[in-house]
Amino acid sequence: MNSLIPLFVIIPLATAFLIPIIGKITNYFAKTITPIILLALSILSISFLFYGKHESYIIGGWQPVENIPIAIYLVLDGFSCLVLCITSLIGFLVSFYSISYIKKYTSENNFYALFCLMIAGMNGVVLSGDIFNLFVFLEISVIASYALVAFGVGKNELEASFKYQVLGNIASFLILFSIALLYWQTKTLNIADISKVLQNYDNSIFLTFTQIILITGFGLKAAIIPFHAWLPDAHSSAPSPISAMLSGVLIKAVGVYVLVRLFFNMFVFTYEIGVLVAVLGTLSMIVGSLLAINQWDIKRLLAYSSISQIGYIMIGFGIGMMILTKGGEASIAVLAIAGSLFHMVNHSVFKGLLFLGAGAIEFRTNTRDMSQLGGLSENMPITSTTSLGASMSISGIPPFNGFFSKLIIIIAAIQGKFYLLALLAVIVSIITLAYFLKFQKSVFYGKNKNYKNIKEVPFAMSFSMIILVILCIGLSVLAIPSIREVILDQAVSSLINMDHYINLVIQY
Amino acid sequence: MKGMSLIVKKVAQLIAGLIFLYGIYIMVHGHLTPGGGFAGGALIAGSYILAILAYGSDTIKLKKEETGTSLTESISIFIALMLAVAGFFIGTKVFFNNYLPSGKIGELISAGVIPLYNIFIGIEVAAALITIFLALIIYKEEIEE
Repeated sequence: MNSLIPLFVIIPLATAFLIPIIGKITNYFAKTITPIILLALSILSISFLFYGKHESYIIGGWQPVENIPIAIYLVLDGFSCLVLCITSLIGFLVSFYSISYIKKYTSENNFYALFCLMIAGMNGVVLSGDIFNLFVFLEISVIASYALVAFGVGKNELEASFKYQVLGNIASFLILFSIALLYWQTKTLNIADISKVLQNYDNSIFLTFTQIILITGFGLKAAIIPFHAWLPDAHSSAPSPISAMLSGVLIKAVGVYVLVRLFFNMFVFTYEIGVLVAVLGTLSMIVGSLLAINQWDIKRLLAYSSISQIGYIMIGFGIGMMILTKGGEASIAVLAIAGSLFHMVNHSVFKGLLFLGAGAIEFRTNTRDMSQLGGLSENMPITSTTSLGASMSISGIPPFNGFFSKLIIIIAAIQGKFYLLALLAVIVSIITLAYFLKFQKSVFYGKNKNYKNIKEVPFAMSFSMIILVILCIGLSVLAIPSIREVILDQAVSSLINMDHYINLVIQY
Repeated sequence: MKGMSLIVKKVAQLIAGLIFLYGIYIMVHGHLTPGGGFAGGALIAGSYILAILAYGSDTIKLKKEETGTSLTESISIFIALMLAVAGFFIGTKVFFNNYLPSGKIGELISAGVIPLYNIFIGIEVAAALITIFLALIIYKEEIEE
């Protein structure tokens, strides 16, 4: 079995361990090797995406005994492949951006080592077909992110990191508890095997209890509204490349991805769970955007906006679940879920870009307070243009990708007769436009009061931002049906056809 | 940090070696008895920490020791990973493949690569715990200055 899947975990892990060794000799090793390996991984994952490679990998070569899988499985299907692409690609651009940005901190080697560890953990979460290993990789990635949030070791950073650790550990405890409950009832930890057992299982009280605990745990990781308290602090105190990584990728890979994977491929979800997901999504969408309006700290505004956009993603999945359980038209459910996945990809691109832009502003002016800034578009044309593109994209202005993904979700909501949800999605989109106009006006336009003699950021930083803004426009092509069929619909079909995932692991 | 009284120093001197040996025992018998890499490594780290506490940190160069332990940690965990990657190239060609002969059940040299994983994980855990301990002492001394 010559498969390349485990490379997604091995390579970042090996790099994370090599950096402290070779970094003692030369300082250039860490900052060259990290972008190189992530570029290689993103090329590999994109090729997997286009070849539609779906397979499972048995670690250690332990073959199933009497059709019961006993080994640790790595499973690659359309959905995990899509998330792997996001992780590697955003990781590559962020690590390239960090080459210039991270110079203002000491101990660059530790930064890159933790960064690689975080990537390895996220790739492990996405690939793991085993619920306990999923938990282990999740802990690897979030513990690396606790350290990265506190990387500035100032008062605010340490406070934010502490808050993040407390809430993150509560989430981890709940997740581990629900894994223990599932193991107790089903006697297995393999996701496909659990799902096979649960199909003939009728203790509905137990199942609902486990599902609620799981939603709470992963909701804390994904920062859906009642569980969002750690996010604004953690994402605004971290160094900007890490904010881009946390907001763009981490909350999706360890929060939304796992939630969706477990509910679609492991549990037999009920109508009530669909309603719950949609309600939580709507709540985060509205409250997140309302909280964002009044922020004057750039990165806090972006962090609250992340909560709001995660809401859009959850709504799409919620609509899909509700239609599927009510026995409605499957094509509408497919459309809603595809819209969610599309928005997930888009959000990681434009939110990554916005945080990198905020980092560029902070890099030159040393402030994040919008009331102090103004008129930077003349001094920093590249930062200004790219972040204008991202702002247009996140608020849903037509040629950019954000418009199409929101449109797909709203169309699906209207076709599924969820008129209120569709109306709210449109209203929140307008509120989003309002606070991003405020961001643009007070930072890049208007009068330049305090910062007249600043220059554009160095090449490494502007390069990443330009690539991301090109992606912002370029990803719109995913809305074209023939391209959508190749990329998004594969991911959707691997989600809604439960047997597809099970057959990957258990060959009958 | 100063050392403790003569009695404590003498007892620590007598016991630290025994704890160290017991740690090695737990580590290499990981595939036969309860315990393994993590437990053995924690014991080994304990013996070092006991000696440092008894004799005081003035007798060693803290920064130099910390560099050494963190280097040991990275190298041993890297070797453990490479042992797993070696499975790619030998035998059935999968990650974590157990490619060494498995031997007889119950003997010390058996179970293929698993004892090797235990040993390197033990070294890693020991080095990591000592690094954390040294970092805390360094932090305390920097605050006192």
